[in-house]
Amino acid sequence: MEVKIRINGQEVSRDVEPRTLLVHFIRDTPGLTGTHWGCDTSNCGACVVLMDGKPVKSCTTLAAMCVGHEIRTVESLEQNGRLDPVQMGFHEKHGLHCGFCTPGMLMTTRALLDTNPNPTEAEIRTAISGAICRCTGYKNIVSAVRWAAEQEADRSAMRQEA
Amino acid sequence: MQTPAPFEYERATTVEGAIATLAKIGPEARLIAGGHSLLPMMKLRLANPEYLIDINDLDELSYIDERITEIRIGALTRHAELLESELLARRAPVFRDAEEVIADPVVRNRGTIGGSLCQADAAEDLSAVCAALKAQVVLRGPTGERTTGMDGFYIGPFTTAVAADEMLTEIRIPLRSGAGSAHEKVERRAGDFAIAAVSAAVWIEGGVIADAGLALGALGPTTIIATRAEDLLRGKPPSEELFVQAGEIASEDCAPVPDGRGPVDYKRHLAKVLSVRALRRATARALQQEA
Repeated sequence: MEVKIRINGQEVSRDVEPRTLLVHFIRDTPGLTGTHWGCDTSNCGACVVLMDGKPVKSCTTLAAMCVGHEIRTVESLEQNGRLDPVQMGFHEKHGLHCGFCTPGMLMTTRALLDTNPNPTEAEIRTAISGAICRCTGYKNIVSAVRWAAEQEADRSAMRQEA
Repeated sequence: MQTPAPFEYERATTVEGAIATLAKIGPEARLIAGGHSLLPMMKLRLANPEYLIDINDLDELSYIDERITEIRIGALTRHAELLESELLARRAPVFRDAEEVIADPVVRNRGTIGGSLCQADAAEDLSAVCAALKAQVVLRGPTGERTTGMDGFYIGPFTTAVAADEMLTEIRIPLRSGAGSAHEKVERRAGDFAIAAVSAAVWIEGGVIADAGLALGALGPTTIIATRAEDLLRGKPPSEELFVQAGEIASEDCAPVPDGRGPVDYKRHLAKVLSVRALRRATARALQQEA
């Protein structure tokens, strides 16, 4: 079947089997391999992308289900050479070690800050409870998200002053 | 790589259209919404539907409405929406208790109440919630609608009263005065299925439990309604001793099997302890004395 999905603002179209999972469609069709393919059972969260702004596990979503919806992957975070504050936070606070969970962590926490710009540590930990980091980096991941939240608050304050 | 076996796919645009396709294709057709139970089973070849009808566009099945005597929940309502509902938190707080411990926030963005009930996994939490609340479910087929109680809904493991050409469209939660409800779950790690879970509901009038609901998850081949415990509770003033007696009956009447989540004696122990805790908290909420 012909599946046409908007991924990071671009229409991507391909004739695929209905059983094609979103994670494979994203990685194989536009070649966006930033979305990682992990446990395949909706447990690990490495494959999280945003569907209409909400984080979903792309290993447990059919590509066909996404026709007519807006998908955002980790590649969309960087804009014109500028990293997203969440990416900067992971850099500043060393929120990764091997990096396998990072794309899912970034998209999950980007969605968190979009709906809750000033999350508590507990709220961050709840938000990432569906994302597993086997390098045990949760402490630094939480710090990274807090750092990003503070950056965005500062920027928004500066915008309001200007 | 885990990929489901091949199937045909159709996006439903109306409830009637989805039901017509179910009737046409027969038992090899399955409805899919969130897919977070069905797709993993298809990857493992535990389910092999030949035809999937995607009902995610049926917005008319996504709602939580308060009526005079009941709350009506559309089958396509997502876990995240159930968790965030102030109406449910106020009138049936057992929902929020359960939703906080169902999978994780990302999965809760996709999974639906209708899918959870129809999956009929005995370890799934909302089945116990709806059974304790004495919910009715609406099943729509080619010739019309029928309703059934949760007591007649589960026929066996992963098997429900929903016929091959029917669709669960709505869950109706009766509203009565003096209500309190709570869900208790023990799991191996955050987001896992229960080792054991108990939902309790009480309706207290004039200092007496006028009616009670007690449903056990992961403690038998299907969600178990602890009817003997409910009978014991009915007509008596709530007390710690009464809850312990009800818990002991629930522990006797459940049918757990040993598995990776624990041995039978441990699960029976949990059935009792969680029943007592759920009844205690449901009662405190009914009496507006929750700590």
